[in-house]
Amino acid sequence: MKLTGLVAALVGFLTSLAAPVHADVTHVAVAANFTEPAKEIAALFKQKTGHEAVLIFGASGAFYTQITHSAPFEVFLSADAERPKMAVDNGYAVPDTLFTYAIGKLVLWSRVIDVTNGEAALKAGNFQKLSIANPVAAPYGTAAVETMKALGAYDALKPKIVQGNSIAQAFQFIDTRNAELGFVALSQLHGVTEGTRWEVPLKLHAPIFQDAVLLKTGANSEASKAFLAFLKGPEARAIIAKFGYVLELS
Amino acid sequence: MLGMPDEIWVPIKLTIELATISTLSLLVVATPLAWWLARSKAWFKEAAAAIVSLPMVLPPTVLGFYLLIALGPDGPGGLIASLWGARTLAFTFTGLVIGSILSSMPFVVQPIRNAFAAVGDRPLEVASTLRASPRRAFWTVALPLASPGLLTGAVLGFAHTVGEFGVILMIGGNIPGRTRVMSTAIFDFVETMRWREANLLAGGMVAFAFVVILAMTLLEKRFTRAGA
Repeated sequence: MKLTGLVAALVGFLTSLAAPVHADVTHVAVAANFTEPAKEIAALFKQKTGHEAVLIFGASGAFYTQITHSAPFEVFLSADAERPKMAVDNGYAVPDTLFTYAIGKLVLWSRVIDVTNGEAALKAGNFQKLSIANPVAAPYGTAAVETMKALGAYDALKPKIVQGNSIAQAFQFIDTRNAELGFVALSQLHGVTEGTRWEVPLKLHAPIFQDAVLLKTGANSEASKAFLAFLKGPEARAIIAKFGYVLELS
Repeated sequence: MLGMPDEIWVPIKLTIELATISTLSLLVVATPLAWWLARSKAWFKEAAAAIVSLPMVLPPTVLGFYLLIALGPDGPGGLIASLWGARTLAFTFTGLVIGSILSSMPFVVQPIRNAFAAVGDRPLEVASTLRASPRRAFWTVALPLASPGLLTGAVLGFAHTVGEFGVILMIGGNIPGRTRVMSTAIFDFVETMRWREANLLAGGMVAFAFVVILAMTLLEKRFTRAGA
């Protein structure tokens, strides 16, 4: 009896030595527009490193407020450059970990009217509602407003604008055809075949630098640092490019 | 108005308008429904009651999502809107009223139903022996006896609409002067870190809610004593 117990204990001990190093979990706050690429990157990350990235999606503005009130995120992937910078300046993030993980592409999309020539469609104004993300909460909304102003169409379009509180909601308004058209992130149209689209030329709005940063809560987390390193790597960048983000401004 | 900037005053005004119109509409719709639920012997009665109560249990975003489809060009809302050349009832004050009615319905139907059930058969039987028609008995006997319940329902419906956020966020579109109500305005102020304005509106809402609940409790006591 004693011998069996000893053998069992020995086998157990030897097996545990062969098990992988304890895999860590990191909590990543992800801007809504980066939902699909983030999921793919997290899956690949888990495959390659064994670490698990738990993704939470939402509006960058809401995330920042939560972060300043002890939300348990360890990594912050924002839709803009402003909020990660504020996080560093106000002591919520680790300095020197901030970098641009993607540059956003704005797209005009419609399931109801033809927007292949977006500029003409916007100026013609043959629609009742135009959906954008709330500019105070989402940089794609700001970029949408900048685009309309650059085209000289903002004043005419202003009464027709409806705001979703995030880019995901702006997309929903157009997808359910409550708004005839609107500005969304190109990444949201990945795999979408319905409707027509117009990729907004980058020169019409300030670049949408999407920055990532390691938060103070994740400063000692191996999984968090590994995730950010993975995000900078070639495999992640290939995924990011595949979804229609720009990696470098030429 | 009252020395407050538009961005504070207009959401307040809109919220009060929305809550008032929704509550009045709710009373009109909920009272006959509550009467039926209280007195019907149909076999599917409780199933109907459960359906009416669904908005209490469903997350507002779920409710809001289905409303978005129903109010849009693919749903009945689109048909109604086309009567005046619009494509959808979403992003309109009318759409908000419909959303508020649906989400506050259980809070109004329950107290009224309970009040009618508490009236019981006896007073109505007595009324009919005194030659009152069923309709007259309803208006002159049942309704006054059930008035505390109607008051509770009205107050709950009003307060629930004032606090409604999830549904309005989903179907409103945040249009200043039309669908930017207090709850979504507070959300905006928080997003842009304008704490002073956010606190002003939110503090006002808390004070209002306190007054409403206190008034409801005191008034109900007075009504019940008077009716007994």
